[in-house]
Order: sequence, then structure tokens, then C-alpha cells
Amino acid sequence: MKYVEEYRDPELVRKLRVALQNTAEKKWNVMEVCGGQTHTIMKYGINDLLPPNLNLLHGPGCPVCVTPIEYIDAAIEIAMNENVILASYGDMLRVRGSNFDLLSAKGNGADVRIVYSPLDAIKLAQKYKEKNIVFFAIGFETTAPANGQAVLLAKRLELKNFFLLSAHVLVPPALRLLLRDNRTKINAILAAGHVCSVMGYEEYIDIAEEFGVPIIVTGFEPTDILEGILMAVKQLEKGITRVENQYRRVVVKEGNIEGKKIINQVFNVVDRAWRGMGIIPQSGLEIKEEYSDYNALEKFPLTFKENINNKLVCIAGEVLRGIKKPFECLYFRKECSPEHPIGAPMVSSEGACAAYYHYYKNKTLTYE
Amino acid sequence: MCLSVPGKIISLYKNEEGISLAKVDFGGVSREVCAEMISGIKEGDYVLVHVGYIISKIDEKEAIETIRDIEKISEMDQEV
Repeated sequence: MKYVEEYRDPELVRKLRVALQNTAEKKWNVMEVCGGQTHTIMKYGINDLLPPNLNLLHGPGCPVCVTPIEYIDAAIEIAMNENVILASYGDMLRVRGSNFDLLSAKGNGADVRIVYSPLDAIKLAQKYKEKNIVFFAIGFETTAPANGQAVLLAKRLELKNFFLLSAHVLVPPALRLLLRDNRTKINAILAAGHVCSVMGYEEYIDIAEEFGVPIIVTGFEPTDILEGILMAVKQLEKGITRVENQYRRVVVKEGNIEGKKIINQVFNVVDRAWRGMGIIPQSGLEIKEEYSDYNALEKFPLTFKENINNKLVCIAGEVLRGIKKPFECLYFRKECSPEHPIGAPMVSSEGACAAYYHYYKNKTLTYE
Repeated sequence: MCLSVPGKIISLYKNEEGISLAKVDFGGVSREVCAEMISGIKEGDYVLVHVGYIISKIDEKEAIETIRDIEKISEMDQEV
């Protein structure tokens, strides 16, 4: 496939590996933010190609993993209503709320459906006029414009039976939290290329300056990730800390203007609890008053409350913050597997635990 | 979640409700996607699709340069 295979070329990978070995002198921790990047790293064994003084930390970029339990409970409570079809992306159905997951709710009679796109949810609203269609909208800035656009489309089509349960979260506030946490020891960041394709990277310039970390906007193929790491290490070795764009074929500095406009039109920025990480100020998107007719939280009176006191059984919170690696968890590959997940990062195709489960053979620690 | 797939635009059109759509070929499999969130695209362009929406146009010049850059950086490193 064009724009995929070229960036998996073994010869280029070999060249980047040599360049990294020649460049990295000191010991550095580089965090890739996006779970999609974590999967590329594990799938292609990129961490095994790095010199031993380079350590990759895996970031919180897995929306399914960070969606708070309360929102899953709310989705289940809504789904159990008569006359409701609850639609969401597949991974979300298998993450446990306080008691059970959406798939179990489906087993108990709720009409829960997997959709590929918010447009599929709109189509459900057009097809089943007598039902209320609730779209459980999760994701980062990459997904927010599409889900926001569904609200605008519902208005344009005069649909009275389409509602959004918005659990959207924003990346930069979470990065600030991680960079303030001295347990993470992040020296450089590979920013998530697809989030930046929408948002651009202007907001990362302040973060790089404030915390003194190089931030490299990075793509998702093996040579993208290796080049992103190389760009970060070159800056670190020279003592430079600025934002650079490795993913130039997709990302421009100002991002997708139309996409950003939709986010601003439909959503307000609010404080939001992240599963395993607590409340992060100004890190969530909720539907604006103007579009409250499409807000599932307005339509359905709920008993759910946001709270951060949910105790996690496993180390998912530390995994999401890059403090621990999945194999440091007592339950990893034992009680916890993708078939029977204990923590959300084992459920999602973007979760670090699932990536390690599928691709990581060596269970021993290879770094200090 | 942020998974996005590159594909080539086969055709651009509006449906009966006036929504801008595109038929995009993903290496042999084609699918109808929404083109409401992007401007300045035409048939034959390569785009990035996320949850059924075109979120970005792929810049061919930059795509080729990225590969050339890697070749150049590495050659310099091999010489050292």
C-alpha cells in the first residue's frame, strides 16, 4: 500500500539503527504518547533495535484505557433504557465499569452496537426513528472533530433521536501532568502524529520550552518512529529542546483548520477524570449548551457521578503514565490476558499491556 | 483509536442530503468516507482516513523527502 510499505523498508530501518547507535551517547528516556505507536514499537521489535542506553516509555495515548469508569457506568445505564440503541467503537464494549462491561449489558438485553464511524450512528438514527440513538464518543483530538461533526449533521438533518455521550480527552494537559511527575523521568516526547494532523503543533512549543524537553511530532510506521527517536536523541545530545516535525507528509503546523473549527463550535473544554490518572484540569470536551439537545447527559437523568476514588486492582495507572512496564504487573499473562482483561490497557488494541502480551517475548527487565 | 489509514481518492461527490463524500481506495478495498472536514482535495489525491472521515491530505513531496532524509542522514553517519 502506498505511503505504508516505503516506511517499513528494512534497509532504511538498518540505516536508522546505525545512526542511532552513533548518536546516542548518554542515557535517555523517550516517551511515545500514542498507543498506536506503542503497538508499532512492539510489533516490529523497535525497542530491540535501540542501543541499551535508550529506553522507551509508553504514554497514555489510549482513549479506551483512560475513559473513566463513571462514563462506562453511564453508558451502561443509558443502554439499559427501553428504546435506546447505544453505539460505540468496538474496544469500548469490553472495558469494565464498576460492575460489568457494555458487552455484558448487551447480554442482559441492552441494544448495544459496534460502529466504525459516527456516520454509522447517524445512519442508525435515520433508520430507527422510534429509537433514541446514543453514540458513546471517546477519543482524543483526532476523533473529536468527526464526533462533533456528527452533532452538526444531526442538527442539519433535523434528527431528534441522536445523542452524544462525550468522554473526549485532550493530549497536552495530560503531557503537562506527566512532565510534572518526577517519577516518569521523561527526557523527550514523540507526539502523536494523528492528533497533530488535526491540532497542528503550536501548543507543543510552549510545553517543550516550559519543561525543557524535545518534542518530535512522529508518525506510525517503523521508520517514522526510529527517525522520531533519532531526531529527539540528536537534540538531547546537543542540549536543544524544541518541537520538530518528523511526520511532515501528514502534519502541518496549524493542523486541520476545519477540524479545529468543529471542535470549538461543538465542545467546551472542561476538567476531566482520566482512568488511572485522576482529574486533569482542562483536559476534556463536553457538548456546548447550544447543542444540549444532542447531549446524552441532558436527555437521560443519570445517577453517575465523576469520582476519582476508584481503586484500580492492577498497575494500569502506572503503565499509562510510563512509570512501569506491563510485565512488571503481577497479573500480566497470568490472570490478565486480552480474553480476560483486568485493566483497560489489556483490552484495547492500543493499550500497552495488549501490545506486550502479543509481541513481547522476553519477560526479563532489559533496562535499569 | 487514532488509527488512520492512507488511501487514494477515486471520486468526490455529494449525497442527496448534501453531505460531501468521497470514495477512497485502500490498496484494493474501497469505501465511502466523509469529506466534510477537509478542503482543497481532488480525485487522485492521497488522504488519511480516520473513523470514516478524511482528516488530512498526504503531501507527496514531503513523503518522498522523508525517505531521502533518512538515506542522507544515515550516509553521513556511516561515513563517520
